[in-house]
Amino acid sequence: MKPSEKQAYLEEYELLKKKGKPFFPYAVMKDSVMALIVVGVIIAMSILLGAEQGPKADPTTTTYVPRPEWYFFFLFEVLRVIKPPELVPLATIGIPTICMVLLLLLPFYDRGPERRPERRPLATTAGILTILAMGYLTYAGAVAGSPTEIDMKVAPQYKAGSEVVAGSGCLACHKLGENGNNGPGPELTHIGARIPRAAILRSIEIGPSIMPSFRELPKEKLNELADFLSSLH
Amino acid sequence: MPKLADLLVPAPLRKTPKPGEAGVPKTPAPQDLKTSPPERPTDLGRFGEKALEAPMESVAWIDQRMAASGFLTGMLFRKVPKGTNWFYTLGSATLFAFIVQAVTGVFLAMFYTPSTTQAYSSIAHINNDVFLGQFVHGMHKWGASVMVILIFLHMGRTFFFGAYKYPRELNWVIGVVLLILTMTMAFTGYLLPFDQRSYWASIVGININGTGPIVGPYLSDFLRAGPEVGATTLSRFYAIHMLLVPGAIIALIGAHLYLVVKLGTTAPPWTKADKPRIAEPTTLLDAGVAGNGYHPNGTGTIAGVQIDGHGGDGTATA
Ligand code: HEM
Repeated sequence: MKPSEKQAYLEEYELLKKKGKPFFPYAVMKDSVMALIVVGVIIAMSILLGAEQGPKADPTTTTYVPRPEWYFFFLFEVLRVIKPPELVPLATIGIPTICMVLLLLLPFYDRGPERRPERRPLATTAGILTILAMGYLTYAGAVAGSPTEIDMKVAPQYKAGSEVVAGSGCLACHKLGENGNNGPGPELTHIGARIPRAAILRSIEIGPSIMPSFRELPKEKLNELADFLSSLH
Repeated sequence: MPKLADLLVPAPLRKTPKPGEAGVPKTPAPQDLKTSPPERPTDLGRFGEKALEAPMESVAWIDQRMAASGFLTGMLFRKVPKGTNWFYTLGSATLFAFIVQAVTGVFLAMFYTPSTTQAYSSIAHINNDVFLGQFVHGMHKWGASVMVILIFLHMGRTFFFGAYKYPRELNWVIGVVLLILTMTMAFTGYLLPFDQRSYWASIVGININGTGPIVGPYLSDFLRAGPEVGATTLSRFYAIHMLLVPGAIIALIGAHLYLVVKLGTTAPPWTKADKPRIAEPTTLLDAGVAGNGYHPNGTGTIAGVQIDGHGGDGTATA
């Protein structure tokens, strides 16, 4: 904005304010109605939806859902969309950081005097696209199941291992045949053909990248798990 | 009759009354005062009068020291521009959701224990035994979602209305920091119930931070506070969630609202000021904070129109 445009804005604003109404009681009235609605909604949600606890946290457990609260679904989904491990840092921190910086600096690169959205096509389109993208990612994150059952043919000696997979929440992040989510983790359908048993075991124990470590699982479960996964060719 | 203040304040500290003020006789006392004292109200009556006076007295006492009433009336009766609509309630709605979180949070903190062995059972105790415990816990839990939704709606409003433009750029920047802090609250609060969901979601969240470039590993080390997510992680999340971030949010909301009052809120971008042909009488109360610092003098020619009749505009109440 040029100094003259700034001046023009301030003068226009001064006039608009002259024609306005006092904050009290007019705006206060609206704000109070809104506040009542907000508290009403929160109270209603609390009564209807409650605050049930899940099972107690247990590092050695085999049933959990490693999923964030819904408002972080979009981040989780970005991870699922961007698969190659070398791009994961970009997806996890790179994209959100860039978005935050762009958001923070918005007033410094969008300096035009125009304020009407229909006359700011670039800003308005970018805004709408961002909303659609976040909405879509949140939706996709919400419907992405975290199945705890595996529907596939498993030889009897590997049955135990497949149950550990199902019960440990691996499928929240890995695809296995027709089961599970495709990402953020790599597909496990043919994992046995890709890496040796020892490497599988190491990954499970270390928890590479964003994957949690499963070293707290009982030794025998870890072995069953590794047996099952390395059988997948 | 003596003022309450005079009864409480020892004589040497009392204000010296100005001539003509109550209590200072302008003329010598009438002759008959010396013989028959004038009728005095009953003790009960005097007490009632004093009690009535007391609140005003103390308000006045405070105001004499804070000199805030000018600012406060200015703020309360400042004009909001023509066209201001319901979209403009989203900011205060966010504030209100935050207040709900703060109040319910205080009550939860009275019963919550941030230790890996007791966190889960203390939440169970809140839910099952404490009077209205589950209700307050539920309000805090769902209030978080409501606040996140409202803050995004409010940001969307200011974005599409171009409200981040001159002169409100700084308020946008403060807003974005508030957004980040609010999401930090959501993230750190999630671990506290210490159930399966929160435990594993926090591990993934911390690991996500760990993959970030440069600071990533340090950030996740800091959050985890040890080799594993455990007792130290929980107390660290607790401190961040209870002290650090709420403090920062309160301070920044203060700055945000200061700027809102100082600069005034935008008018919707479609609203046009049809220029008045004759100056409108503005109320006396239009002064105060409404007087912004942008016009060197409040009265005078604005956009070629002579504006007058609003003494005080432009001269902010001290
Ligand atoms: C804790 C969070 C926040 C609170 C309590 C809050 C509160 C408020 C309030 C009460 C107003 C007055 C006008 C209105 O309600 O629309 C306002 C204005 C404003 N807020 Fe926020 N806000 C918050 C977060 C944000 C965020 C995340 C942004 C954007 C990134 C933002 C940007 C602005 C701007 C630019 C204005 C000036 C709007 C105008 O003049 O029309 N605020 N805020």
